Amino acid sequence: MSAPPSPPGPGWRPRLRRAIVLRHDPVRDQDLLVMPERIVVLNEEAAAVVRLCDGERTVGDIVTELTGTWPAAPVAADVSGFLVRIRDEGWVG
Amino acid sequence: MSAVAPPWAMLAELTHSCPLHCSYCSNPVELIARDRELNTGQWVRVMEDAAAIGVVHAHLSGGEPLLRPDLTAIVAAAARAGVYTQLVTSGAGLTPARLAELAAAGLHSVQLSVQDATAAASDRIAGGRWFATKERAAALVREADLPLGLNVVLHRHNLDTVGEIIELGASWGAERVELANTQFYGWAMRNRDRLLPSRDQLRRAEETVRAWRERLAGRMELIWVVPDYFDGVAKPCMGGWGAISLTVAPDGRVLPCPGAYVLPGLAFPDVREHSLRWIWEESAAFNAYRGTAWMSGPCAGCARRDTDFGGCRCQAYALTGDAGRTDPACSLSPDHHLIQAIATGDRPGGDAGPVANRRMPRARSGHGGEGG
Repeated sequence: MSAPPSPPGPGWRPRLRRAIVLRHDPVRDQDLLVMPERIVVLNEEAAAVVRLCDGERTVGDIVTELTGTWPAAPVAADVSGFLVRIRDEGWVG
Repeated sequence: MSAVAPPWAMLAELTHSCPLHCSYCSNPVELIARDRELNTGQWVRVMEDAAAIGVVHAHLSGGEPLLRPDLTAIVAAAARAGVYTQLVTSGAGLTPARLAELAAAGLHSVQLSVQDATAAASDRIAGGRWFATKERAAALVREADLPLGLNVVLHRHNLDTVGEIIELGASWGAERVELANTQFYGWAMRNRDRLLPSRDQLRRAEETVRAWRERLAGRMELIWVVPDYFDGVAKPCMGGWGAISLTVAPDGRVLPCPGAYVLPGLAFPDVREHSLRWIWEESAAFNAYRGTAWMSGPCAGCARRDTDFGGCRCQAYALTGDAGRTDPACSLSPDHHLIQAIATGDRPGGDAGPVANRRMPRARSGHGGEGG
């Protein structure tokens, strides 16, 4: 497994790992990350980041897009901190 | 949303038939015959109804689910409904064509059972020469780029090789190895005295697992399912009765847990007669031990009652004859001495004699699962 360097640079293009599914759950009205033995309930911000982990956008692209959505938030720090956490969980690579 | 929280997971026991004969089989002693199985159309509707009431995960299990010729149609129905599917298989019958078909239908992951680290030992426990089949199945799953998990039921005859089992998982490309100490229900209960490990064996195995977990951190996940006969702590069985998961039996009965077949006094509702929503929310069987109001004895006033939910109803019944009592695995249970006596080796004939491989009913002609 080739993990990107830690902390990831702005050029890293995170991609949700195959077989991990991001979906909206209409019954609970929540966003879920579904994997073989685990279901993670995402809050709105987390879901917004994961939705952009398509392997094409860089971390910088993701930060730029979300800064437009949450102009008052410290998006750059929050996003890269979150991405490192979910990379360490093995959810994105 | 109603007052009853929706279920997250469904165990779909598609068939009780299985080519393996594992001595620790947790399926009921009385297996459901193939001519009583739900047909394709009925399983398709179960998947749709399950999604509609909130089921996110479906574990397609058995017996051996690959014995269902309509498995692909069932997987496709789950995928259409947005349900994440995991095939739980022995590997028997997993050909390249079959796997390609299942993956194309939307199968998300595969969990493969392994009995031990070597062919000879594994085949002895499985009651047949299946190890090579499993090794091929694992390779096929990895070639198909599906996540592979192994599940290994642990007991006295394989706990000493748990390190080798973990190495096997790593060499087969598993992302996760579930090391599940035998739960004593169904057929396994019959073999309990010959499957129970010694306390020393367990301690050594736990140390081995701990060391491997550090070594493999970030590469392979190791799950250790605790041996509740030894810990003095009741397991939070099923995450609570009717709280997280439901089991659909091959014949369409719906149970809060796959061990509940044997519990007396509960009429398990049938998907052919009731909606899954009614079964989950309203049926007497699902409400019998839901929440904490049913508790008595030490559970009712216990700080852990919302953590372990009183332990396992099936185990309470098996050991005390009353499914409403505190699980004797709990050190606070007035019946705890029953489990202590068993776990400390005070069991007649414990070390002697072979374990009995699971017997299967004779095959019948025809297959109730086809058509529909």
